[in-house]
Amino acid sequence: MHAFCFCKFIPLSSQLTAHVIFQDIRKVVQVLEQTAREILTLLQSVHQPSGFKEIPSKCQKARELFCTVRTHLGELKTKFPVDQYYRFHEHWRFVLQRLAFLAAFVVYLESESLVTREEVAQILGIEVVREKGFHLDVEDYLAGVLIMASELSRLAVNSVTAGDYSRPLRISNFINELDSGFRLLNLKNDPLRKRYDGLKYDVKKIEEVVYDLSIRGLSKELEAGGDK
Amino acid sequence: MGCGRWTIYFLTHDATRSAWIQPLAVEYWSNTTNYRGEGYPRRMKTSQKTDDRDTGANLTSPVMAAFKVFQQELDTKHDKHERLVKLSRDITIESKRTIFLLHRVTSVPDVEEVLTEADLKLDGVRLNIRMIAEELRGEDLHQFHRAFTPGIQEYVEAVSFHHFIRHRTLISLEEINTKLVFVKEPEDTPEGQQPMGTPQVLTFQVTPTDYLLGVADLTGELMRMCISSVGNGDMDTPFQVSMFLRQIHDGFSYIGNTGPYEVSKKLHTLRQSLSKVEDACYTLKVRGSEIPKHMLADVFSSRTAMMDQDEGMA
Repeated sequence: MHAFCFCKFIPLSSQLTAHVIFQDIRKVVQVLEQTAREILTLLQSVHQPSGFKEIPSKCQKARELFCTVRTHLGELKTKFPVDQYYRFHEHWRFVLQRLAFLAAFVVYLESESLVTREEVAQILGIEVVREKGFHLDVEDYLAGVLIMASELSRLAVNSVTAGDYSRPLRISNFINELDSGFRLLNLKNDPLRKRYDGLKYDVKKIEEVVYDLSIRGLSKELEAGGDK
Repeated sequence: MGCGRWTIYFLTHDATRSAWIQPLAVEYWSNTTNYRGEGYPRRMKTSQKTDDRDTGANLTSPVMAAFKVFQQELDTKHDKHERLVKLSRDITIESKRTIFLLHRVTSVPDVEEVLTEADLKLDGVRLNIRMIAEELRGEDLHQFHRAFTPGIQEYVEAVSFHHFIRHRTLISLEEINTKLVFVKEPEDTPEGQQPMGTPQVLTFQVTPTDYLLGVADLTGELMRMCISSVGNGDMDTPFQVSMFLRQIHDGFSYIGNTGPYEVSKKLHTLRQSLSKVEDACYTLKVRGSEIPKHMLADVFSSRTAMMDQDEGMA
């Protein structure tokens, strides 16, 4: 008599399968998070004075770790019906944003440019367009970029400590352009907006670094020396 | 304007540079309608609003060009979300009015008349649901679920209330969804277009979670109906409602905490409603024969006043 009421009126089985799907997804996400932590630990070392010289090799190693990420994301795709991406999106949103940040950071370290959404998707082995399959949502990409901005403001500070006085200027130009880009967006009062609100502190911090260098003539010395 | 995609170029005069500049091209989709059925551009940006940002920035830089695309994507998504929220609100309002209407069956001689009128109202609500289905065509509905779930839950509440009054049973999810299959007849196609050979079918499917949440809210209305029917001297309805409510409660208890979080939250209120109904039936049983029918209303109005006070504190 108890369960008869609802078993008859809704497919209770759908509730149970959703439960199982959540479990499966969580398992893969945990593995992804582990790999993301490894990549992060690897890349964090660029903040050390000794780390600066090793940037190219670290990027190379990071790219190798992304191979593992691609495998795991490939597995994640299979754990749920392909047309229900947003039903389960919350489960992997955090780790996907982290991975987008890490991809953006690697590309910045390699080429000092902003990684495109397409490039991030390629590094992660996923799509850009929802209809094509497991994709990178534009908001997750933007969140990853904003996380990178914070990382770069930290890098600007540590560059100076390590004796590299030109990098902060380049980071400053990069971040300012990023900020202009973000100003084009009409954001709602959502998590992305809140994260974007933090960008101005990154901009300010980097401006202060650049200011400190320029009033002491440190950046001019480099210019005179023929450095970029 | 013909149907399809048109591109309009907005030119503004930049006095500082004495030049006409084209900050952006606007895509105009002329076959879209807002929920009132009026045509409107899918994404219309007025040059005044975005002028400062667009003209000041260097749009030829790849970063800026990329962000321009992001701007358009996000705007499109937010606009759709807003349209769905508006539809959801209209559905909520009309469903609530239907429920108020349906409550009159306890005090009115012609029940069928009320039910027919409610049917018409619900048909109106279904038109709005159809518009939601149009908006969601080709989209992942879970991306926008938060926008329209309140309206849909209210609709489930109204339609299941209606069903109970008529049939004294619980409407199934399947029955609800059958009524949400919309067929676009060839005559519906706009002027200028060739009428399609086969009619297009559009469906909106209520999710099991929304169904459960709507039914949970229904129990509150049933409780009110039970109390008011007693006040009118109706000796049968209270016991029928009590039995029905108990079944629903047992069903929810069985699901317990395995269901979505929102469902578990409603269980508490559901228990309170059931408790009030069971107390009312008890009073009716024990003291019903002692009290003349015309005084029953007084007995229950004082009791419900007490209960409502408790509810206020809960």
